[in-house]
Amino acid sequence: MNKLLNNRLHITIKPPKNAQSRFYLDLDVSIPNTGVTALFGPSGSGKTTLLRYIAGLNNEIQGELRFRGDIWQNQRRTLASHKRPIGYVFQEANLFPHLTAQQNLDFAIKRADKTQSVIAYDEVIQLLNIEDILTRYPSQLSGGESQRVAIARALLIQPKLLLMDEPLAALDEGLKQEILPYLEKVCYQANIPIIYVSHALDEVIRLSDHMLVLEKGKVIEQGETSTLLGQLDSSFSTLQDASVVIAGKVTKQSIEWGLSWVEVHDQSIIVKTANEQIGDTLRLRIQSKDVSLSLSKQEDSSILNRLSAFIDDLCVDPKDASMVLVRLLIGEVPIMARVTALSAHNLSLAKGKSVIAQIKSVALLR
Amino acid sequence: MQLSPEDIGAIWLTLKLASVVTLLLILISTPIAWWLARTQSWLKSPINAIVAMPLVLPPTVLGFYLLILFGPEGAVGEFFDHLGWSPLPFSFSGLVVASMIYSLPFVVQPLQNAFIAIGDKPLEAAATLRASAWNRFIYIALPLAKPGYLSAAILGFAHTVGEFGVVLMIGGNIPDETRVISVQIYDHVEALDYTQAHSLSLLMVAFAFVTLVCLYSIQKRKKNTSIKGGIL
Repeated sequence: MNKLLNNRLHITIKPPKNAQSRFYLDLDVSIPNTGVTALFGPSGSGKTTLLRYIAGLNNEIQGELRFRGDIWQNQRRTLASHKRPIGYVFQEANLFPHLTAQQNLDFAIKRADKTQSVIAYDEVIQLLNIEDILTRYPSQLSGGESQRVAIARALLIQPKLLLMDEPLAALDEGLKQEILPYLEKVCYQANIPIIYVSHALDEVIRLSDHMLVLEKGKVIEQGETSTLLGQLDSSFSTLQDASVVIAGKVTKQSIEWGLSWVEVHDQSIIVKTANEQIGDTLRLRIQSKDVSLSLSKQEDSSILNRLSAFIDDLCVDPKDASMVLVRLLIGEVPIMARVTALSAHNLSLAKGKSVIAQIKSVALLR
Repeated sequence: MQLSPEDIGAIWLTLKLASVVTLLLILISTPIAWWLARTQSWLKSPINAIVAMPLVLPPTVLGFYLLILFGPEGAVGEFFDHLGWSPLPFSFSGLVVASMIYSLPFVVQPLQNAFIAIGDKPLEAAATLRASAWNRFIYIALPLAKPGYLSAAILGFAHTVGEFGVVLMIGGNIPDETRVISVQIYDHVEALDYTQAHSLSLLMVAFAFVTLVCLYSIQKRKKNTSIKGGIL
């Protein structure tokens, strides 16, 4: 068999036979033996479940798992977590609270794989810049410091495969920016394959070489990150693409002004009346470049459509670093806005923030 | 305060009984509490209920059944007789066994709560750091459950010191063998010797107070480090 192929991490998971509505994984993938592979997808897509399966922390899933020719799981046997040559970085640092940072590292060093040296102790300490905080207990560390110690601990077990489960998700934006450079260095310097779970596209773009896009437990895209991001027909189009299509009923019309009110969740988008009647359903296309954001309702604006929304997610435009793509929810209806990174910064846009979406124009699709 | 040699004997016997019972209980309660804290089995509720029975049963009921069980006609009694061992009722060993059953929930429950409070996360982290199940228990679970162990030991000890009904039923009133402080106080009162009863009773009150102060200060500290494990 092809040696290169043999070296990869192969995962086959079939959905359970009795699965009806319950969430399950259904995939057959092989993950490259080098570089960073991102598991990307919305929350609930099964990224973390898959990562925990690879680590042996979720043994309810039955599948086949083979790493460099070694069987980690098949129908007959399951290799226990503690026998797999992995390192795992959890979403919350998950340091042992009764041990100092140094003792947490020693826990790993004592049990490290002596036959291989992925990274030297001094190098890890320097890379993550944790020398000065080693005598402290986890309760005395900030979120960012804890996560750096946790990454160091996962490296010092000298893993053959490093698994990271949204290591930045529990940190606020400032800390995230503080840790990212360290993560970048780790990904660059560690000479082992890394699987990185994230739902934040900016992290994936910055850190990963390959990516698997998951949705509802299935892989819907995979390949080189740079190639995938350039494709317009890839599943990212919803996130990157210029427009979204939403449907709504006409609830009100004004003959005097020639306008129709289309209900979107509990708000309305006003469009020019064509030949629709009250009660008809219209499909509207809103381009992200036509959506601007403000923090308060500006009553003195010529823009009619000012809808309250909150930010569901945001990321740097992969094609243009000076722009930010913002996914908004009006109730449960998603729309996209594309604003400059400067505006995003000035308005301190962040996940969960309430904003007013000003829609400059709407195209009727019918 | 006047303590007779019999009083001193009763105090000494009580301390000996409570120490032995606490030590043995900690040992056998650890696996029970660990299992109860982590199992998904349907047996969990019935076992939990059995462990908690002494909390709600009158000590006399417990003592009565133990007396029958340990007696010459009972299963345990016959077994002991078969092996040529001395019978359990009205002996120190019998008192130890009965007290262990009586104080079991006071040791199992704080340990169980402490193990639950640890949660899966530190144990999972340890598993990904190549620590075997035994390693995880010794190096992670035990140290994190330390406040729970302190609570369990204090409660087990104090509860054994304070028992009366079970002792009377199974142990009787034999000096230096089964006559513990509570029985001694009962004797004093029966004999209308209130001065002696006062001395011992006051001692018990002071002991109970100090014990509970210790317990609550542990629990306060625990709350600060966010590992809980008490039943009070």
